Amino acid sequence: MHAIYGWVTGPLTWIAFLLFFGGLLYRLVQLLILVRRKEPFIFSYMSLKYSLRSILHWILPFGTVNWRLHPVMTIVTFAFHICLLVAPVFLMAHAILFEEAWGFGWPSLPDVAADWMTLIVIAGAVFFLVRRIVRPEVRFVTSTSDYVLLAVVAAPFVTGFIAYHQLFAYRWMLVAHIVSGQVMLVAIPFTRLVHMLFAPLTRAYTGSEFGGVRHAVDW
Amino acid sequence: MADVSRWDWEIGTKAIPFDAWKADFAWVEEPYVSPDGERIAAVVNLDDAQFSVCVNGRAWEGVFDKAWYLRFSHDGRLSALVSEDGEWTVAVDGETWPERYGYVWNTLFSADGARVAVAAQQDMAYAMVLDGVMWENRFANMTHFAISPDGRHTAATVQVKETGEADIARFQAGCYSVAVDGDAWDSVFTNVWNLAFSPDGAHLAAEVRQGLYDYTIAVDGRPWERCFSSVWQPVFHPVSGAVIAPVRLEGQWTVAADGAPIWPRRFVQVWHQQVSPDGQRLAAIVSPRYGYWTLAVDGVPWRTTVNEMVMDLRFSPDGRRLAAAAKHDGRWTLLVDDRLWSQRFDQIRPPVFSPDGRLVAAVVETEGRFGLVVDDRRLPQSYEALWQPVFSPDGTRVLVRGIEKGTYRRQVLAVDQLLA
Amino acid sequence: MAQPAKSEAKQIVDNGIEKGAAGLTEDRIQAVINRVIKGESGARLKVYVDTCVHCGLCSEACHYYLSHDKDPRYSPVAKVKQTLWEMIRRKGRVSVDFMRRAAEIVHTECNLCKRCAMYCPFGIDIAYLMMVVRRIVHLLGMTPQYIQDTAHSHAAVSNQMWVKPDEWPDTLQWQEEEARGEIPTLRIPLEKEGADIMYSVIGPEPKFQAQLIYQAAVIMDVAGVNWTMPATAGWDNSDMAMFTGDNEVMGRIKREHYETAARLRVRRIVMGECGHAFRSVYDVGNRWLGWRIPPIPIIHAIEFYHELLTAGKIRVAKKFKTPVTIHDPCNVVRGGGLHRMARDLAHALCEEVVEMYPNCEHNYCCCAGGGVINCGPPWKNKRIEGNRVKADQLADAKIRGAKVLIAPCHNCHSGLEDINHAYELGLDIKFFGDIIYEVMEKPEA
Ligand code: SF4
Ligand code: SF4
Repeated sequence: MHAIYGWVTGPLTWIAFLLFFGGLLYRLVQLLILVRRKEPFIFSYMSLKYSLRSILHWILPFGTVNWRLHPVMTIVTFAFHICLLVAPVFLMAHAILFEEAWGFGWPSLPDVAADWMTLIVIAGAVFFLVRRIVRPEVRFVTSTSDYVLLAVVAAPFVTGFIAYHQLFAYRWMLVAHIVSGQVMLVAIPFTRLVHMLFAPLTRAYTGSEFGGVRHAVDW
Repeated sequence: MADVSRWDWEIGTKAIPFDAWKADFAWVEEPYVSPDGERIAAVVNLDDAQFSVCVNGRAWEGVFDKAWYLRFSHDGRLSALVSEDGEWTVAVDGETWPERYGYVWNTLFSADGARVAVAAQQDMAYAMVLDGVMWENRFANMTHFAISPDGRHTAATVQVKETGEADIARFQAGCYSVAVDGDAWDSVFTNVWNLAFSPDGAHLAAEVRQGLYDYTIAVDGRPWERCFSSVWQPVFHPVSGAVIAPVRLEGQWTVAADGAPIWPRRFVQVWHQQVSPDGQRLAAIVSPRYGYWTLAVDGVPWRTTVNEMVMDLRFSPDGRRLAAAAKHDGRWTLLVDDRLWSQRFDQIRPPVFSPDGRLVAAVVETEGRFGLVVDDRRLPQSYEALWQPVFSPDGTRVLVRGIEKGTYRRQVLAVDQLLA
Repeated sequence: MAQPAKSEAKQIVDNGIEKGAAGLTEDRIQAVINRVIKGESGARLKVYVDTCVHCGLCSEACHYYLSHDKDPRYSPVAKVKQTLWEMIRRKGRVSVDFMRRAAEIVHTECNLCKRCAMYCPFGIDIAYLMMVVRRIVHLLGMTPQYIQDTAHSHAAVSNQMWVKPDEWPDTLQWQEEEARGEIPTLRIPLEKEGADIMYSVIGPEPKFQAQLIYQAAVIMDVAGVNWTMPATAGWDNSDMAMFTGDNEVMGRIKREHYETAARLRVRRIVMGECGHAFRSVYDVGNRWLGWRIPPIPIIHAIEFYHELLTAGKIRVAKKFKTPVTIHDPCNVVRGGGLHRMARDLAHALCEEVVEMYPNCEHNYCCCAGGGVINCGPPWKNKRIEGNRVKADQLADAKIRGAKVLIAPCHNCHSGLEDINHAYELGLDIKFFGDIIYEVMEKPEA
């Protein structure tokens, strides 16, 4: 057990973070090269002002017509994404681990808060799952990979929650939590989860074209 | 070309009142000036549906239901398209051609200006007319008209096969060809655009499309072996006779001669290629990177670029210098030998080199006033209207043709004084 | 309100699609798809496909989806799924039948209106993806017959309607003559070098709606504009080649249009009330040629009329009495931000303006745009069914008093006319030019 734990928290973590950051960097560079090679005109229309204008509207809950059109989805998706990002980064346990390893850390969330956030992520995942099944327009464009991705994202939170509350098989759960977290990290650059990186870019481009060229809003 | 040396090159001014005509007619349309500057002409309206042409204050004898497309040829012949009783013909210096047509348009002149051609429609069939003589063969449709430099031949893209309504298969199989002096090529194409005669008039090249995707150049009816994803208008090399055209390869443009790309470098755009008069250099308007424009000589782009448009590429007569109109940030200027003039204008006309290539001049417009700029120096005089300047053959004088305060002035100025 | 009979998923046969399908092999399909996806396309295609999380949030943007009672097949993302995703997944190896359906989807179930780009949280431009597929369809020779014929017309005579080179100046001269009955000194100045403005129109104007040229000439004349129209090719600003994915012909005709204006040394090009032409001239065709922005400024009629009115060059004699509502054409509103000017203009010209909702950038497309109406009679009913929401929107405006519908776009005009008729709405559809011509101060004849 110890060996496994040591291995997953040691080399595997290294590999996961390497693949995560390396992968994101790779995707970004690959994208920029592709733009340069095939669609260099894109750069010439990019506008910081209109990029930010568009991004700001869309990262504001209810900041756009479509967010207002789907209030439940909007609340859930914002809560889900915020918790998804904040909980792992500001979880005390993670911060301590980091400090142990690197000698510095950052303020972290009280455990109760992190616990609730975890539940929100899990609830959000359940909501997305149900939405995928019951909404015809979503079901129509859903493939197995969508369920798998949802599971990949939910898994670290589910296992983390179980492990934290030591509901059962604590050690195994801990290992499962770490591994699933690593899987998610690695999946981000190489699956549709890459929207974490690309969303601001597509938004910026659409915002620039709408604002700078077409003199229209894109929300 | 017309013999410029025989024009009046005495330094001095001749004035012809222009606005004064307005009293004599219901209205006077925009004026045209002869190349030698001796005559100013305009279409004038006499009364309801009565038009004529007034030259230096005297109207032609003929009165027409309609008159338009007033144009001076290079040797000073003045032509107009005129209509009487619903029929059209051409009037040259007041004389109408005896023949009448359903419609005529697109007047063309030979290089010396002595021959006049138009496109004509008669009974819904189309043919070119050269000096009043219509092709024997008529066609169902006709576009892209051309006259050979010596004026002996005319040509056009013609439709040689019937196409049914929305019959896309038939169209793609090819219904168009080129007729030279009324005789169509044997080959048919899906499309034929932008014809170019060789300098001696013996050959004709054109852009063609075979099917929907294969573009190439056809010379005398024979397409190049190699096809491209697009092409632009060809030109003949004045010395070697090679046919040179911009071609599009894998999403970028370059220049090909006789079917093979000759410029290694690819561009976002290449067009208006031109061979220098001595045949030594090949220049074109290019976009070396998206949104930026300049000229390229023998495949090498200039460093100076502008961000909107370049047009009117001109070689100096000795072929050593190059200039073009260039638009940057909404304003025009001249791009000369890889440098931009310092001044910016609302509008600029094509550059004019002196015969020795030493000077380059251009008519410019700012806030509705016209002026002449020589080597980036704006002459003090400004005008309501100004035509292209002409240098005397020895390059010491310049002919300036302009209207100011309602009077047309033909001025011959000494170049030395101008620049002093 | 009458409902047009639902055409029960019956197969519509289009000769253009069938012509392309005949003799097509899967090898050829694969080669073409890969040429477009791997060769011609780049980052946008890749990122849009990789980023889309299949959330369906774009669905409500689409009038086809809404008009078909939220049938999931019509949601924007569903159109990508049924075309590009499959092509990518199967590495281009799709069947002829698949391509038939793909051609139908991209040409008759999407107006490229870009409304969905405003609804996708990532701003994914589905219209662009549909254009990628149209390009594939073009390269396979499967474009629907009628729009293909229009693209042929652009290629052969540089205009949309097979107008022959003599018919164009002849028509202008005829309209000039007609207009002289009203203003004896009126001119339509042809080929006048150095004019301030070149006025360009679309092919159907000389062909079927010459009175629009007449009206424009009267407006220009009264406003004292120094203008011209070319007598050569290059007069037509329309562009169906852009919508068939025939980029080479698109570039060719846009070049001709701009170079004609450059040859005439005009300061600006003013175009008539057309939307798709605005998109082509202002945003798409210029780019293919390498012009980042139009090399000569292009002014849509809405903007131009607004300018004339604001500058006092035309004056309203008596405001238009009948209540009007405004249709916002996608290509000048989402594509040009002219909705505010359109409203200013409507209020300046008319006594009562009834808004319909959603409006401005969020307005529903007319369902004719993007070349859909140009796919011709076989697809007409499908197009009308695909825009029930527009009919509802119009009916609502009508209940609130609107009797006249202003649609400053030719495609919108024709598309809305069909909807007006099929759903028995009884609205009178007009251009701004019609209204200005009617209400403006004119010199006494
Ligand atoms: S019709 Fe408009 S909203 Fe619908 S898919 Fe096409 S671009 Fe998107
Ligand atoms: S809204 Fe955007 S991300 Fe969601 S399915 Fe539509 S295109 Fe994809």
